[in-house]
This record gives sequence, structure tokens and C-alpha cells, in this order.
Amino acid sequence: MSILKLFRKLTRTEYIYIVISIAFICAMVGLDLKLPDYMSSITTLVETEGSEMNEILVEGAKMIVCALGALCCSVIVAITSSRIASNFGARLREDMFDKVQGFSLEEVNKFSTSSLIIRSTNDVTQVQNLIVMGLQMFVRAPIMAVWAIMKIINKSWQWSAATCVAVIVLLTVVGICVMFAIPRFRKIQYLTDNVNRVARENLTGLSVVRAYNAEEYQEDKFEVANEELKHNNLIGNGVMALMQPSMQLIQNGLTLSIYWIGAYLISNALISNKISLFSDMVVFSSYAMQVVMSFMMLVAIFIMLPRALVAAQRINEVLDTQMTIFDGDINDSNTEETGEVEFRNVSFKYPDAQDYVLENISFTAHKGETVAFIGSTGSGKTTLINLVPRFYDASEGEILVDGINVKDYTQKALRNKLGYISQKAVLFKGTIKSNVDYGDNGKGQALESDIVEAIYTAKANEFVETEDVGYDGYVAQNGANFSGGQKQRLSIARAICRRPEIFIFDDSFSALDFKTDKDLRTALNDYCKDATKLIVAQRIGTIIDADKIVVLDEGKVVGIGTHEELLKNCDVYYEIALSQFSKEELENE
Amino acid sequence: MNRRMRPGGPNANSGEKGNVGEFFRKLLGFAGGYRILIIIAVVCAMGGSICTILGPDRLSDVTNAITEGITPDTDNLEEITTAMSDNVQDNMETLMSEISSSFDQESMSSKAAEILASTEISDEDKVTFQTVIASMSSVTDESEMQEMLLYLPDSILEILFDDIEVNGSTISASDQVTAISILSDMDIDADSEDISMDMFDDLADSIMAALFSDIEVEGTIITGADQQEMMTLLADVDTEDSSALLEALDELPESIYSLVNPSIDMDKIVGILVTLIILYCASFALSLSQHLIMNYVTQNITKKLRKSISHKINCLPMSYFNHTSTGDILSRITNDVDTIGQTLNQSIGTLVSAVTLFIGALIMMFSTNVIMSISGILATIIGFVLMMVIMSHSQKYFNEQQEDLGLLNGHVEEIYTGQLVVKAYNGEEKSKQTFDKYNQDLRNSAFRAQCLSGLMMPIMTFIGNFGYVVVCVVGAVLTMNDMTSFGTIVAFMIYIRLFTQPLSQIAQSMQSMQMAAAAGKRVFDFLEADEMEDESYKIESLGEITGDVEFNHVNFGYDEGQPIINDFSAQAKAGQKIAIVGPTGAGKTTMVNLLMRFYETNQGDIKIDGISTKDVKREEVHSKFSMVLQDTWLFEGTIRENLIYCSKNISDETMMEATKAVGLDHFIRTLPNGYDTVLTDNVNLSQGQKQQLTIARAMIANKPMLILDEATSSVDTRSEIIIQKAMDKLMENRTSFIIAHRLSTIKNSDLILVMNHGDIVETGTHDELLAKNGFYAQLYNSQFDVEEEM
Repeated sequence: MSILKLFRKLTRTEYIYIVISIAFICAMVGLDLKLPDYMSSITTLVETEGSEMNEILVEGAKMIVCALGALCCSVIVAITSSRIASNFGARLREDMFDKVQGFSLEEVNKFSTSSLIIRSTNDVTQVQNLIVMGLQMFVRAPIMAVWAIMKIINKSWQWSAATCVAVIVLLTVVGICVMFAIPRFRKIQYLTDNVNRVARENLTGLSVVRAYNAEEYQEDKFEVANEELKHNNLIGNGVMALMQPSMQLIQNGLTLSIYWIGAYLISNALISNKISLFSDMVVFSSYAMQVVMSFMMLVAIFIMLPRALVAAQRINEVLDTQMTIFDGDINDSNTEETGEVEFRNVSFKYPDAQDYVLENISFTAHKGETVAFIGSTGSGKTTLINLVPRFYDASEGEILVDGINVKDYTQKALRNKLGYISQKAVLFKGTIKSNVDYGDNGKGQALESDIVEAIYTAKANEFVETEDVGYDGYVAQNGANFSGGQKQRLSIARAICRRPEIFIFDDSFSALDFKTDKDLRTALNDYCKDATKLIVAQRIGTIIDADKIVVLDEGKVVGIGTHEELLKNCDVYYEIALSQFSKEELENE
Repeated sequence: MNRRMRPGGPNANSGEKGNVGEFFRKLLGFAGGYRILIIIAVVCAMGGSICTILGPDRLSDVTNAITEGITPDTDNLEEITTAMSDNVQDNMETLMSEISSSFDQESMSSKAAEILASTEISDEDKVTFQTVIASMSSVTDESEMQEMLLYLPDSILEILFDDIEVNGSTISASDQVTAISILSDMDIDADSEDISMDMFDDLADSIMAALFSDIEVEGTIITGADQQEMMTLLADVDTEDSSALLEALDELPESIYSLVNPSIDMDKIVGILVTLIILYCASFALSLSQHLIMNYVTQNITKKLRKSISHKINCLPMSYFNHTSTGDILSRITNDVDTIGQTLNQSIGTLVSAVTLFIGALIMMFSTNVIMSISGILATIIGFVLMMVIMSHSQKYFNEQQEDLGLLNGHVEEIYTGQLVVKAYNGEEKSKQTFDKYNQDLRNSAFRAQCLSGLMMPIMTFIGNFGYVVVCVVGAVLTMNDMTSFGTIVAFMIYIRLFTQPLSQIAQSMQSMQMAAAAGKRVFDFLEADEMEDESYKIESLGEITGDVEFNHVNFGYDEGQPIINDFSAQAKAGQKIAIVGPTGAGKTTMVNLLMRFYETNQGDIKIDGISTKDVKREEVHSKFSMVLQDTWLFEGTIRENLIYCSKNISDETMMEATKAVGLDHFIRTLPNGYDTVLTDNVNLSQGQKQQLTIARAMIANKPMLILDEATSSVDTRSEIIIQKAMDKLMENRTSFIIAHRLSTIKNSDLILVMNHGDIVETGTHDELLAKNGFYAQLYNSQFDVEEEM
């Protein structure tokens, strides 16, 4: 079972805690089951004329001590089980986080980022909750049930039969509720998302909706989803409404049956047995209640268990994933050559895939050069540059950075040479400064002046150096408080601040308008003259002055050269250029 | 289970606290017709609780009835013993008189002669006889006389006494004599209860039979033999040992056992049990109805709430959405409405039941015994205060836990989504440090929260037990001072349970009400937000228009006092192409907002065919413009639905004409279900294809004017050629407003509006603007930085 596999992660201390918990749970159950005895003896004392006050006090004191004992046991169980669960949860989360941080894109794509997030957060919480509940209920309920049954089993069989019937009825009712309600609740989950989706549609397309006068259309659509949700809620919750009153009825009914049966048993018993039968009846009814309660707890766990098992399964899938990218031996980023990137007959395909994404790519980028990659969507531009920082490893051929195969570097050493700017700007919660001076480049903390220079070079100063932002200005999670263009400029500043040998721009300029795009590139060329720049782009304007343009089509290189050369001898490039400039504009040049 | 994360999260707004009273006032106002049902449900909940309170009382009646039938019927036993001893005494007297009657002075003397004459009697005996007679004459006391008879030898006695018959038992002479001797020893006047079997040991069977004649007790005849058996049985029992006594009773002969064996009043018990069944069933029915009614009400009200929110979205001005995020509104529709629903469905019923139970138990307690009530309540209050302390603490820790969880999840989400950047910058160590800190915090707060919440139940149980003992002890003291009865104590034991049980329920439902109130505040705030101006009095229809558009001294600013567009005037003739250009963030979309009347101009107006759009209903303005935006907006539905959208009476031919025009018809036909293919995340449409779809949609809507807002900027360059063609087709004969940052596409426009920093800085045709060598020229030339650098 998936969850047992996870339990191997428990430490020795936690196992000791578990043993302690179980011991105290047993003690607690024992004391809990002792209570009815005291209760009945107090009842008898109170009912018997001429009992001494003393006796009642003694029994009362015993009962309070017993109850206090049970309370202490539960306190200890609560502490130990919470300790186990919170420690275990924290460790599991940490393991997940470490594992996922080590993932390359290949492993990430296997799960998808959103799934990994849910696995690391919600699923771990599920397992953690199961442990707390599990120790307090899963261990307790069976002990309770067995112990209570042992106490009453040798009493009259008629009572046992009644208890048995009550348990069966209980299980049947729960079974019916679960059978009818659970599928509904699954559906409700889906329908809630549906309602959410339709509302989101309306909100995200607000201007379209209004432009098309489609308000009513949207509301009607929402109404359909809403009605369906209501309908399922009505049935699902309606069935569940049966639960609580039924439980009450079963408990009451059981007490009643025990008394009814008891009345007949007593009336038919020998005189000498009557009194003991009576006290048996009182005790039995309280134990029988414990038995029924235990079964209720068990049912609750069995409803909870499948979800937690699925969660555990999903966690295991992540933890069991084999890494595909391993560090090389070279730990030093200082190499003789600098800024040189060479692709030698590089091919790439996804594992298990039939077709190559990239086929037989060869080119060299020398120090200080700008090499651009252009091609239509799906031509493999992004995949190509992702091979340089080893987000993927090439399937065939080799990639050399500064004359050394990227696989021979440690990932850290390799990446210290690189300044990577993603297509979609990524900012982290913190300040402008913490985002620009992000990570570790092996050269220690960046100077204040480096940060300012980077901001200026990336043309981010115009919004950073305003009153309400500043270098210590707050950056929300995912940089939500900045516009797309601003985020992109900050992420470029981050790369500049690193002073890398090689810049990698993955279509990082498309969120910028032409003017900003141009200004930024000019500044970049001035400031980072020595750095090699690998640029993926959509717009010809962005790469028109590149030293080398690599034109990709369906994973193959269809042309390498400068803008002018390619216009003449590369059809694909000419086609792309034509879509962006008029013929005469191209010819003017 | 892959639960999709909902926007905002459940604790997005945990800081807000709602006013419960106000929330319910608003909610009841909103509930409308469901109010009556709510009242019925509340009554049901109360009824159910009342049944619960009444139940235990009946059950203790059953207990009492059974108790009454447990102990042996001592009354009957006593009656039997009394009857027996009376009977024995009577019989003894009869016996004695019978014996004495057969033996008197007169017969004695006649018999004396006979004895002395008898040859069968030895001389010795005769001497004895004479001596006895002689001494007898000297005594007058009858008993002494009888005693003297004992000295007589049997042979003589046989002559002296005749056999007699008493109670059907024939008693021989010698038996008579022994009887006389033994019975005379007994003090028959003494307390009749002192009859002991020992005394009868030496009596002859005949005499025993005579003494123990059948008696009748409570209509049952007890034979002499049975009586004797009982005497024998009980004689051996140590009266101090009650269990031995009870066991002895079980051995009693049938006739007596039937009298002594206690009988339970089964009719009474069955009667009570039937009442109980009715009570329980009523409680079940009431509770179930309450649940079902509340569920019905809840689902209808939440549906109505969602519907109202959905409707409200379309009634709010666009500006509202500038300061409210999509996620926030969605969170109101799902999370907040769900919270309200849960509270309605669960907490109201629980609260009403619990409060009824609580008050009911209080009333029952105080009406039974004030002192015990007070002591019971005091005992539980100690516990309750303790619980409140824990609850307020655990609430704090729960909030802390949620916060820590939120921070941790946020960090995980951020790092996972930005993983490439983290890796590329070797940021793993730093992110791990942050993670460790959050994880540690969460570990601690989760421990505290879980620990405290785990204590709730045990403490409740303890309070219950403690109260129980206190009530028992106080009750016992009161009983000893004759201030209350046993029955009260038994009743109190149950009341104290009923009293402590609802306390935690009340506390919990109050808490949930607080949460619902906070959620309700957010929902009602949204529903009560200011809507757009009512336009029912405005012009319904512009009719057929030619498409002249005029900007007439337009002034506008998003925020009051911060004008962006100042006194702008321009004219567009029907069928002309007007371009709006400018750098990122220049406010190009503002023009669209004004044209479409998503926002109102501060001063001046925009006229269509000479009629100010302010005098026309918004819907009518919208119906004149087709719009294609940069962000393609498609929804989950079939391609057909996406294309036709809300246009009415569109034939398949019209639809296909449009898709052919944008060059998409062939592609759609290659999809598995053609035009009925459902667009989901799984259907991979390229950005370009999505844009082609929205252009086709605009074509199908077929409106006289057109707005294109950066329709091709997110499309890759090769798809752009196709889309450009489609758009050219769309622009034919339509007054078109085109926003673009790729200037080559708009060079042939009839009018170019150049915007910067929100305002229109230049207007004119391409050539005019280039000649001006102003902002536009600068913008235009920046595309060809090659030229500049060369």
C-alpha cells in the first residue's frame, strides 16, 4: 500500500511516539470503558436506601480520577499524534520540495507544474491529516470496539443480537448514503468548477461579452450550470441529511431494544439473577453505545481513507521518479575560454517520442557575438536554447560551452556562466533588489551599484525610480503588481546583474514595444559587449543586427547567416520577413 | 484526487469579520419566499430537541418500572409467614383442646380402674400410675398435670388416650403425649414469628400434618407440605447473607414461589416503550425534515446568490473591474457562497437544536431542583471556561496554521512555476532556505493547532463526567437530609448530560456563523455595488447607419481630476480605416473603451451618424461594432458555439463562408467532430487559429463598424499573413478602428491617431506624420534600427 511505503520515512523517535500513542490509546479506552462501571455503582448506591455518604464520595472520587486519567491519556495522545503528524508532514513536504527542485524539465513535464504543486501541498496535507485522525480514530475505534464487545459478549445473546442488528443497520445506512452521495459529490466538485469556469469566461471576456450584447447569453449559460449544481447539491446533501437523524435513531433504538429485551429477560429470570441482570442491562446499554460509536468512527475513516491513499500514491509517484540529469565533475566556472557556445550535430527527442524535436543542429557562437534563432511556432527554438543550461540533455551530439561538454560541468558551475531570461517573465515575492540580485553566481553578493546599473541597462529605471516603487519596492508573488513589460524588463535586469558570459533570451522581447525593445538592445550591446547573446525572437526587427541568424523549420536548420544573406538565400526567412515588412521596406535596405 | 485549486483560497479574506446580525438580516431579506420554510425548519429543529429532552425521562420511567419488579415480593412473603404462623397457632390450639377433651378427671378415674384391673400391665407400671395420679390430684395446674402424664409408661397411656383426628390427621396416643410435652414447652402466646423449624423437629408426622394445614394467601393455596418445605429451606439460611437468601427463595415450592417472585409490570413498560418509540420516531422525522428543508432552502438560496452575482457582473461599470480582480469575484461565487451555504445547511439547524436542548435542560433542571441545578451548572462552567480558553487559542493557532500554509504553498507555487529561472540562477539554495523557514513555521503552528483541537473532545467528555459526579454527590447529600428524592438524582444525571452536550455545538456553530457573516459581507458588498446608469429612457435603435464617426471635443480620465485625453476632435467617414498607434502603455485601449461606451467621456461626445452615443442605449452602441481583441477569447464549447456565439438565426452557410474567408474551414473539417468539436484545454489550437476563430466570429456578427485591438500581436509571423488577409476581408466596407504596434500594417490608413502617455499627440495620414518628423516618425523608424545604426 502506498501509504505504508511513506511510513518508512518515519524516524525512530516517531516510531517511539507511535508506540507511546498506542499504549496511551489503550489506556484511554480501558479507562473510558471503566467509567460505566463507576457510573452504575454510583447509580446503585444512590438508589439503595441507607447508603453511606462516604461510599458515594469514594466511588465519585474514583470516577473522577478515572475520567481525569482518560483526559490525561487523551492529552498525551493528542500531543504525540500531532507531533508525529506535523513532523512527518514537514519532512514529506521537504522531501517533495527537494525532489522537485532537482527535476529537469523532462520530469516536470511528466507531471505538469500544477500537478506538482498540488502534490507538494494538498496531497501532503491530506496524508498529514490522515495520520492525526488515524492515530486517534483508526487505532482507537477497533480497540474500543473489540474491548467493548469483550465486555458484553458473555452477557445475554439477545442483547448482543440487538447490537449486531444495530451495527448492520448503521453500516447499511452509511453504505446507502455513501453509495448515492459520493458520486454526487464528485459531480458537484466538477460542477462547481463548471460554474466557476462560466463565470470566469464572463469576467475574462467582459468586453467581448458586452460588445456582442451577450450578457443574457452568458447569464443563461450560467443559469444552466447553476441549476445543475443546485440539483446535484440538493440530491447529494439530501441523502446525507439522512445520516445524522438515522444515527440518532439507531442509537436510541438500540438503547430501547436493550431495555425492552431486558425487561423480558429480568421478568423471566430467577429471583437471584434479577439484580445482576438489571445492572448488566444498564452497563450493556452503555457499552453497546461504545460499540456503535466505534463503528461510526471506522466508517468515517473508511470514507476518508481512499482520498488519503490516492494522495499518498501521488506523492510516491513524485518521490520515486528517477532523475535524468546528473552533475559532471567540473566545479570551477573559470575556464580558459569564455563566452563560446558550440552545438555539434545535436539532436533531441522526448523520451518515448517517435519524432525528433531537433535534428542535427550545428553552429558556433563566439565570444561577444549575437546569435538569433527564428522560426514559426513549434520549430524547436525554445527547446534548442533550453539545451544550453541543461534544462534538457541532448539525445545525440554534444553541446560545448567554453570548449567543454555541458555534461562535464556541475550544473551550478555551468549555470554560473549563463544569464537566462524566460519567455514568460518570472518574478519572486520580495523586493526589486532581491529580484535583481537573485540567486548565486559564484561571485558573491552583487554591489548596490551593479543593481542600479542593471536596472538602467534593462530600461527598468523609468518605473523603478518612481516614488511608489523604489529599489526596495515590494514585488508580489509572481510579480502580480507589475505589468507584463515591466516584469520582463526586471527579469532582464536580473540577468544583466549576474554579469554572465552568455545571455540566453527566450523570446524575452515580445512583451516590449518596438521602441523599448530597440533601446534595451542598444544598451545591452553597450554594457555587455563581451557577453555572447543567444536570442530567440519572433520579430525580425529584434534580430536584424545579429551576427548570425539561425532559421529553424520543423527542428532543422534551414539557414544560417546575417539578415541580408538570409533574405537572399533562405525562403523561410524571406517569408517571415515579408509578413512583417512590406516588400518595398525590405528592398529599401 | 486532483482537486482544482480555486481562486483566492478559503482564507483569502480571513482578516475580515462580518457582523452576524446584519448578515442574517440581509440574508433573510434575500431569502424572500424561503423565509417561511426557514421558520418551519427552525420549528422542526426545536421539536426534535424537545423530543430528545423528553426521551430520557421516559427511559428512566422504564428503569424504575423494572427496578420495582426486581426485588422479591417481601409483602407476600410476610403475609405467607403470618398466615402460616396464625394457622399453626390455631391448629395447635385445636389440637390441644382435642387432646385435653379426650382426657379429663372423670374419664381418668374410670380408666384408672380399668388400668389397675388390667393384667397386661406390669405391676411396676401400675405403681407408677398410682403415684402420678396421686401427685396429680395435688396439682391444679393443667399444664403440670399434663407434664406428669409423661411419666406414665406407654402401656398405660395407650389406655388413657384414645386416637383422635385433627385436620384429617389421626394422632396416636403416644404422639398425643409427646405433642403435649413439646407444645406445652412452647409459649404459644409469644410472638408468632418465632416459630422455628427446630421446635417441630421432634414432632410426629401426624401432628405436623395436623398443625400445617393448607392455607390460602392471595388466592393461592399453599399445602402443608409446601409450608414445611419453606420452613426447612429458610431455616438453613443465614439471614445476613442476602444473596444466599435470594438463592434460597429460588428453591421455594411452586405455590409459594409464585407469590414471592417479583413481577414486572410489563403492560406499563410496553406502554412507556411505545411512547418512547413514538418520541424517537417523531424526533427522527422532525430532524430529517429540518435537514431536508434546510437543504432545499440552502441550495435554492445559494443558487439565487450565484445567479445574482452572475447577473451583477454584467450590470457593473467596467471601472469596477479595474480594482477588483477576476479571482476575487470568482472566489465570491464559489468559496463565499459555499461558506454561506454550509452555514445555512448545518449551523442554523445545529444551533437551534442545541440552544433548545440547552434551555430545555436548564428548565427541566431548575424545575426539578434548584440547588442541584446550580451545583451542576457551576461544575460545567469551570469546564466550559477552560474550553473557551482552548478554543480561542486554537482559533489563533488555526489562523496561524492557515497563514503558514498559505505562505508555504505560495512559495512552492512560485518556485515550481519559476523553476527554470531558479535553476538557471542557482537559486535552489536560497529557495530551500525560505522553504525551510516556512516549513518549520508550519510544522510548529500545525502541531499547536492540531494538538489543541484534539483536546476539545476529551475535555468535553471530562466535563460531562465531572458534572455527573458532582450531581450525584450533591444529590446524595440532599437525599440524606431528606431534601430531595432518588428519582431526582436519576433525572439529573441525564439532564447534566443534555446540558453539557450542546455547549460545544453552540460554540462551533457560532464560529461558523462568524465565517459565514464574513463571506456574506463580501457577497452582499458585491451585490450592492453601484450599477451602471439606467438607460431605459434612451434611444432604442439607431436604425441603419452609414458609419460616420465623430469625436467632438472629447475629454476623459480614468480617475477624476487626472484627465488623459484633452479636447480631442476627429472625424471618420463611413468605410474609412482609422489607426491608433503608440508605444506600450500609451492608452490605445482607452479609445476603444470610449467608442464602445465601456467608459463615459467626461466632456464632449462621440457621435455615430451625428447622434451622440450618450443618447443611445449601450446595447445599441455595441450592436454597431464588431470587435477583435489581442487576447483571443474563446470558451469551453463547440467551435460552432464559439463562432455563432449569441448571434441569432445564423445558417451553416453563413458560418462556413466566414471560416472560409479566414482560412479556417479546412482545418475545422479535419478535427474529429468538425464544427461540433468541443474546445477544451486538450484541443490544441495555435494562437493564430484562435485569432482566426475570433475574426470569423466578428464576421458572422456582421456589424457595420469594426474595432481591431492588436489582433495579430500574439500570433507567430507566418500565421499572421493568413490573419491579415482575413482582417482585410473583414474591413471591407466597414468603418474600422485598428490598434497596432506593427506600423507597416496601418500605413495605408485614412487617419492615424498617435498616442503617448494616454493622450493623443498627433493625428494625420502616414505621409503627413512622417513629414512632421515628430513622435510617429521616431516610432516608425525604430523598427528599422539597422538603418539607424548603419
